[in-house]
Amino acid sequence: MHILQLITIFLYLLSTAGYVGYLFFQQNSWEKAGCGLLLTGFLCHTAFIIGGSLTTGLYPGRNMYQTLILAGWAFSGVFLFVRFKFNLRVLGVYAAPFAAVVMMMASRVPTDVFADSRFFKSFWVFFHVLAMFLGNAAFALACGVGILYLIQEKTIKSKTQGFFFKRLPSLELLDSVGYRCIVSGFVFLTIGLAAGFVYAKIAWGRFWSWDPKEVWAAVVWLFYAALLHERLTVGWRGRRAAIMSIIGFAVVLFTFLGVNLFLKGHHGDFTRW
Amino acid sequence: MQSILLIGLNHKTAPVEIRECLAFSGEEASGAAAALKEKDSIDEVVLFSTCNRVEVLLTSSDPGRAAVEVKTFLAHFKQVPGERFEKALYVHQGEAAVRHVFRVAASLDSLVLGEPQILGQMKASYAAAVDLKSTGVVLNRLLHRAFFTAKQVRSETGIGDHAVSISYAAIELGRKIFGELSGKKVLLVGAGEMAELAIEHLIRNRSGELLVANRTFERGMSLAQRFRGKAIRFEEIPEALAQVDIIISSTGSPDFVIVPSHVKSVMRSRRNRPLFFIDIAVPRDIDPAINRISNVYVYDIDDLKGVVDDNIQDRKREAVKAERLVDEAVIKFRQWMENQAVVPTIVALRKKIEDIVDSEFGKTMPNLGTLSDSQQAAMARMKAALINKVLHYPTIFLKNGGCRPDKTASVGTIRKLFHLDEDV
Repeated sequence: MHILQLITIFLYLLSTAGYVGYLFFQQNSWEKAGCGLLLTGFLCHTAFIIGGSLTTGLYPGRNMYQTLILAGWAFSGVFLFVRFKFNLRVLGVYAAPFAAVVMMMASRVPTDVFADSRFFKSFWVFFHVLAMFLGNAAFALACGVGILYLIQEKTIKSKTQGFFFKRLPSLELLDSVGYRCIVSGFVFLTIGLAAGFVYAKIAWGRFWSWDPKEVWAAVVWLFYAALLHERLTVGWRGRRAAIMSIIGFAVVLFTFLGVNLFLKGHHGDFTRW
Repeated sequence: MQSILLIGLNHKTAPVEIRECLAFSGEEASGAAAALKEKDSIDEVVLFSTCNRVEVLLTSSDPGRAAVEVKTFLAHFKQVPGERFEKALYVHQGEAAVRHVFRVAASLDSLVLGEPQILGQMKASYAAAVDLKSTGVVLNRLLHRAFFTAKQVRSETGIGDHAVSISYAAIELGRKIFGELSGKKVLLVGAGEMAELAIEHLIRNRSGELLVANRTFERGMSLAQRFRGKAIRFEEIPEALAQVDIIISSTGSPDFVIVPSHVKSVMRSRRNRPLFFIDIAVPRDIDPAINRISNVYVYDIDDLKGVVDDNIQDRKREAVKAERLVDEAVIKFRQWMENQAVVPTIVALRKKIEDIVDSEFGKTMPNLGTLSDSQQAAMARMKAALINKVLHYPTIFLKNGGCRPDKTASVGTIRKLFHLDEDV
């Protein structure tokens, strides 16, 4: 395993410890430590990816290993953005271990099987992959926020203010952050799909080829489109929006991993292992 | 030796009839402190008076006499016979007094555990004492440490966390639902003391428009005027649910005033924005089944009481941590006090030895005839060396407390051994 990858995993795990400490002791110093460690880990992670691309001269994402590394990177980055933008600190309890697990999963898959390298010289492919992963990361965060929402909603409804009531922020904040995550995820997903269509036209001569990944990506897009539509028209918010963002992320996960593992298609090459 | 003394009574020892007899207004307190300062037995003094306690904190070299003088002074100043409050008084001396002051400042001795006002009240009393110049080194240090410890307790323990009154608990819940209460519209159904209290809290949190619905429209109007709200008719409540966010209900109605069908029908036009019902009425006004509707939360008086009870239990648990912080502060203060006692003793001891040497030299020198300059210098060197050598071990003994944890004992030994307290 590359030393930078090892350091990144280590920092993410330490950050997880910081956030767990924050959850239990409610001292800001724990959160500061957790956030600082995650930020350092993220920089390390970035250096790792850039270094890898510079040595091969190819954009990342050529096998399961690189794909997971990139997914973890996008996730940490999007979380840090949300952390500073909305000051939603407790979400680190979900984000830090999530990033650590993705990176550890990456360390368990082979690193030496690759898809055809000609795909990874095109900027369109990189653009497509980056937008997709940022979108997926935003959906993953929306799922985490949704889980926090459901926990907090349950403590308020059941009138037993236990461990979580004081530790989690208001329902309003959770709902609005979840919504914004989904909106930005949807925007990235749309851009990513568009870039993918453009490249498909260049590479295979057609925009759409009924590849299972394409079909499922379309399912994801339609799912979130419906979710946003319902929110804007009849006000799907609160509990229902939270549940939907969790289900939505499950569909994303299947599209990301399941399709490549269980179904075949031209995307399968990029996640070979 | 100076001793710290605290004489007072509080809500635990004295009923309100006695406390109100002895309570001092701000000006009275200053006058009383100034008068106490004039007493011979009292060196430094601060007087604390709140609705739950009257306490005199002082330093004295004759604590027994000071305690009696304070008691007679209180009786005289307040025109209350001494025997009426004598039994309620507690007198703490030395470390017990220090601990008491720290605990009071940290709100561990308060009626409502962890309530924040006491610290401000103590600071005000102390500021008044500073104006009078009635405090000195010891009480300045003690009170600064007390304020510091109180802040530490507040930031490091959860003693001040979470509402311990019904109306605050409701506000806290509102914040967890809506994030901010500013601009949230409120509907008051019926009127009652507790409901009005909650409304006042909400207004302080800059809540938005207030609607008041009462069975008798006129009474509703007068309430609405008081809080600058708008009165609506009782029958308009179902429609009003579409616009408001928080509903506080406290009617005398025997049946539910708001039922699930009222709420369900407005949720769509509200676009599922959350609704928070606070039902303070007994029997209840709001059908508890409403709580099952998505994005709608109903808390009745028992729910709020349950929240408050839980929070009180939490504070009690946190108080254990706070007591530990107080213990640490008391130990640190004791060490400081001991060092305070050590330094003057070292100074006094040196003076004593220097005086002895000087006086003996004074007697002997005239018999030696005229000495040359170098001979005089040699004598002066001998004098200095003699003093330093004699003082060397006693000084070390004082500084490390004779290897015992309590330095006051070694200070006492040295003072007796060298007869430093002339009057003793």
